[in-house]
Amino acid sequence: MEHAIHVLATLLLLVGLHGMLTRRHLMRKLMAMNLLQVAVIVFFIALAAKSGAQPPITAVGDAAPRAHDYVNPLPHALMLTAIVVGVATNGVALALLIRIHRRYGTLDEPDVILGMRE
Amino acid sequence: MSAHLPVLMVVLPLAGAVVVPVVGLASARAARALALLALVLAHLCAVGALRVVLANGTWRYRLGGWAPPWGIEYVVDALAGGMAVLVSFVALLTALHARYSHEGRNPLNVATSHALHLLLAAGLLGIVVTGDAFNLYVFLEISALSAYALLAGGGARAEVAAFRYLLIGTVAASFYLLGIGYLYAATGTLNLADLAARLPQAPDAGVVGTGLALIVIGLAVKIALFPLHGWLPDAYAYAPAPTSAFVSSVMGKVGAYVVLRFLFFVFPAGGQAGRALDLLGLAAAAAIVAGSVMALAQRDLRRMLAYSSVAQTGYIMLGFGLGNAAALTGALLHVVNHAVMKACLFLSAGNLLARTGAAGVDECRGVGARLPVTMGAFGVAAVSMIGLPPAGGFFSKWYLVQGALERGAWIYVAAIVAGSALTAVYMFRVLEAAYFRPAAPSAASPPAEAANGPLFGPGEAPAGMLVPMLILALAALGLGVFNQALVDGVVAPALAGVAS
Repeated sequence: MEHAIHVLATLLLLVGLHGMLTRRHLMRKLMAMNLLQVAVIVFFIALAAKSGAQPPITAVGDAAPRAHDYVNPLPHALMLTAIVVGVATNGVALALLIRIHRRYGTLDEPDVILGMRE
Repeated sequence: MSAHLPVLMVVLPLAGAVVVPVVGLASARAARALALLALVLAHLCAVGALRVVLANGTWRYRLGGWAPPWGIEYVVDALAGGMAVLVSFVALLTALHARYSHEGRNPLNVATSHALHLLLAAGLLGIVVTGDAFNLYVFLEISALSAYALLAGGGARAEVAAFRYLLIGTVAASFYLLGIGYLYAATGTLNLADLAARLPQAPDAGVVGTGLALIVIGLAVKIALFPLHGWLPDAYAYAPAPTSAFVSSVMGKVGAYVVLRFLFFVFPAGGQAGRALDLLGLAAAAAIVAGSVMALAQRDLRRMLAYSSVAQTGYIMLGFGLGNAAALTGALLHVVNHAVMKACLFLSAGNLLARTGAAGVDECRGVGARLPVTMGAFGVAAVSMIGLPPAGGFFSKWYLVQGALERGAWIYVAAIVAGSALTAVYMFRVLEAAYFRPAAPSAASPPAEAANGPLFGPGEAPAGMLVPMLILALAALGLGVFNQALVDGVVAPALAGVAS
């Protein structure tokens, strides 16, 4: 069971990649890309976990906190940044999708490609 | 101020990107002046930092005074300094040219586009100077996001191409990030210098190897190494001229820089990194041939240039793959040469399109007489691209061939020579049409879209469009003439301790 979280991250990654390759609708491709990003986030957060450890907030007066009593806070901080990056990516992607939809009236990839040829 | 040059070269364009759109609300002209000022200052910082580094050795700058490996540090060595000078130079020249592709747009639109240009420059400079693997990821995404938005500015096809690039680029960045996660799991550090010290003692070679593979795959997509180049041609071909000039010339090179940084400076030599380099070398040889053949098959001038970038990236990665002193020197020289000549080629193709509406190779018939300056610059850059002396391109290929001969890698020699021959064919096809064919009668009626463009007209483009292109053409020649000085002054110190 210890590796269940890694199995989950791998599954999310594969589902994301599969969706990006096989879906025809551009919005679905974007959603699949999000799954892939979430997989990376889950992977990092799993790195931080320790069994029996507590959140990295030291008690007042604890002069010599021991690292192995606490969850590693660094991956969380990194993923906070990665989530912000992901939000920005989605913002740019959705803006592009709005432009594409206005121009072609559809987000279905084959129809968009047809529209580009005209 | 001079104690903070490494961080200033990133912060100035970044701050500019925030201020420029606000100023743009009042005046597009002021916004443009401010954007150019930020880039000039960033370039001066980069040049200043490089001078300091060449005189005193590697410069480690602690952000906020936090000591590494806990804090983020910026590390400028001769390699990073040289790249920073190159990136800021091309960023400045393409920004000068960008004024004209904004003609007839509303002021806020113009200011936003300048801001994105600054953001892209800040991201690329950040990648170059940072000494932290996660910080590098953030800058990678800053530059990528601004590139998607800028590339989408080229109209209908560009938007779809930019969206596809966004999907693929994000997957690539996620792979890089995942790879960093593996390295962090194996070593407990994200600082590149610290990683280099700890990786040889890492307990689990499997984890390190997986991290290496993920990083290399992610970067190979980012630099469009064959066969992972699928996103590139459409993204480059339909974008506004200064954007494709900027993105095609330095963005892929910065990716190549990261490959060099990881495989030669962070991972221990030989072993897993060696195997990765062997594979990259094979892919690079395939890229040179396949990219050149595909360039030859294109009828659209800018698509041809885009495929040529796939081939030229191959030359750089081939040098890395060979890994000896001569080959690495050639690869780094080619980073500089290709950046300068490809930016020049995209700017002249842009001028040509804006003035005459000619987008195809066939439509270039007779334009040599009509646009002597534009086609002259195109010719100089083309000669350098083919690799004829005295232009810079000759010397990078010369070093690469030497490196391949030293290794006895005849297949690689063949790939380099075949690539140059094919480059000669597809470049001369354009020059022949421009200079030796009479203008076709049908060319008198260009596509309505182009004829309505604000810059359409007889004769040469305005001086502001010509000057950046001419500076780049002169630089392409100068890089050849002063090649030895560049090798001794910057390339050799950049490779000190790496090339055996």
